[in-house]
Amino acid sequence: MTDIASPAPKRERSSLLTNPRTRSLLIQGVLFVAVAVALWFFISNGRANLAARNIATGFGFLEQSSGFDISQSLIRYDDTATYGRVFFVGLLNTLLVSGIGIVFATIIGFAVGIARLSKNWLLSKLAEVYVEVIRNLPLLFQILFWYLGVLAAMPAARQSLSLFGLAYVNNRGVVLARPIFGEGSDIVGLALLAGIILAAAMRWWAHRRQMQTGQPFPVIKTALALIFGLPLLAFAATGAPISIEWPELRGFNFSGGIRVLPEFVALLIALSTYTASFIAEIVRAGIMAVSRGQTEAAESLGLRPGPILRLVVVPQALRVIIPPLTSQYLNLTKNSSLGVAIGYPDFFAVFAGTTLNQTGQAIEIIAMTMAVYLTISLITSALMNIYNRRMALVER
Amino acid sequence: MTRMWKVAIAAAALTFPALPASAAGTLDQVKSKGFIQCGVSQGIIGYSAPNDKGEWSGFDVDYCRALAAAIFNDPNKVKFTPLSTKDRFTALQSGEVDILSRNTTWTLDRDTKLGLNFVGTTYYDGQGFMVKKSMKINSALELSGASVCTQTGTTTELNLADYFRNNKMKYEVVAFATVDETIKAYESGRCDVLTTDASQLYSTRLKLASPDDHVILPEIISKEPLGPVVRHGDDQWFDIAKWTFFAMLDAEELGVSSKNVEEMKKSTNPEIRRLLGVEGSLGEGLGLTNDWIVRIVSKVGNYGEVFDRNLGAGSKLKIDRGYNRLWTKGGIQYAPPVR
Repeated sequence: MTDIASPAPKRERSSLLTNPRTRSLLIQGVLFVAVAVALWFFISNGRANLAARNIATGFGFLEQSSGFDISQSLIRYDDTATYGRVFFVGLLNTLLVSGIGIVFATIIGFAVGIARLSKNWLLSKLAEVYVEVIRNLPLLFQILFWYLGVLAAMPAARQSLSLFGLAYVNNRGVVLARPIFGEGSDIVGLALLAGIILAAAMRWWAHRRQMQTGQPFPVIKTALALIFGLPLLAFAATGAPISIEWPELRGFNFSGGIRVLPEFVALLIALSTYTASFIAEIVRAGIMAVSRGQTEAAESLGLRPGPILRLVVVPQALRVIIPPLTSQYLNLTKNSSLGVAIGYPDFFAVFAGTTLNQTGQAIEIIAMTMAVYLTISLITSALMNIYNRRMALVER
Repeated sequence: MTRMWKVAIAAAALTFPALPASAAGTLDQVKSKGFIQCGVSQGIIGYSAPNDKGEWSGFDVDYCRALAAAIFNDPNKVKFTPLSTKDRFTALQSGEVDILSRNTTWTLDRDTKLGLNFVGTTYYDGQGFMVKKSMKINSALELSGASVCTQTGTTTELNLADYFRNNKMKYEVVAFATVDETIKAYESGRCDVLTTDASQLYSTRLKLASPDDHVILPEIISKEPLGPVVRHGDDQWFDIAKWTFFAMLDAEELGVSSKNVEEMKKSTNPEIRRLLGVEGSLGEGLGLTNDWIVRIVSKVGNYGEVFDRNLGAGSKLKIDRGYNRLWTKGGIQYAPPVR
């Protein structure tokens, strides 16, 4: 309020209210106070009403034990854990499905988007059909289709489909063989890390050499050799410390191995394919925004179609692609809450659903839920903005 | 400057908002809008389910109809809101429904922390398990390692965790938001076991493609006293809700049914005369008319009639009354006297 009340400089002749600077300060001040008052009103009114109706308030519930189980949890969890832990279990489940979903959606989306521009008639028509069909069906329908139509139709546990014994598919999900890390496996891990670092260094060196001398270097082959070769050598040298736990059928279902819930698989497939259909269109638009002359110029330099796409077209297209791509990533993350329809224990289901119902503290839980989705979205878009700035046109 | 002062004063005035006076009595609200908004399930045969014409019927539905009969002398002055287990309490707390009659278990936690009051136990139930016959399982203790389908936000979900932990058995829970999703997952083979209140298992079994392929295991693992719920803080509405239920029990106990209620008015038995408002002015104490029980019994029926019609011998479910028999007949349904 001090800003508003402070007297204007003396040389100012006009009234305070007609001075544009003070007037804008005044309007902003009033708006700020109005917003603060409204917030205070809603909070105090809410508290009074909750107290009058004898509804519990506060965040103490986060320390109470939950008493219910969750089918998928990345951190240790059982029904004696607290609601606070439920919060993190749900959050991690949401991040897991949306993180992997974003990767898959991007890969499928780029592939389909580029395929749609292909000169191969069959390929481009297939890509078009994919986009038009997937994009125009409701997401919830697709989730239910994958869950009830495809995965539930898989055979029962005792007649599981086997994929070379490495993985089994049944109506309870997918069971994968689990690697067991024995003594000495950390050396293999270190070798992998070293391979990745060396590959990155080699790429940087090769790029610099090519810039200076024009000599190309087989970057991809060398990188693959480093990343896979080094750990394999270490694996052999330390006496094969990593073994594999094979899934075994016992009782109702498989024991051993890694179980992937059908809810997770269905949600992941639906989210990735659905978002990919939008990404494909964004990619197509991005590539078409790069003028034809660029490709022709590259062709006239004798570049082959692969390098033209990789070195000339895509880098320029990315400038058009990234901003709408960010929106799709945000959509995918928020759409993951539709998993509630098939019982996937994501954040929305276990926290804004079960926890809310068991504790009845709607206001606190809804506020926390909003804060979580807002934070995830803001972090995603901040990261994409950083990437966008790096890819943006550098004017010289 | 004067204009600025006005703004400042207006802003200051805003900081002292009057808190809304606590809501007017639910009875008055209901009377002025002309119907009761009743929260029911999304479709549990026997308790609350719509027929092909969209008319709701069932045990829980009839309770709301009895309430409407007591207030309006018309059992159809009710509008039904189907609610999932997850949304039911929020709907009641926020005033979206006037009463929740949706096979809801009475627990201490819900009674105290959610700002609710439980009216009574209209149905004594317990949690059970249903499995496919082909699995050849005879006891819930053989369920170790099973995946179990249930509904989220229920006491069922909590009892399940207790039961398996207590018996040191492993299991996997798959929790869905609605009854239909749960049943679909069980039918598709996603789960070995479907668990919910035993009475609901009977009604769910009727919805399955071939009901005879499924068995309900003998174990009952919990106490599930089901009953209607009202908001905390409106004692008059709470009293009406309680006594509507008691009146139906007392009517059954005294042999007053929808068929004989008019003759019974001529009875010389003072208990029946009080019940039917021939003597005394007990209904007025509730804010209703003295013939309120006559209205309930003639329009909806007594407790026994409602039970038989929806759940018992007169229904598809054919559930044995068990604990829900009157105390005079070996059950535990007992109502305070109307006097």
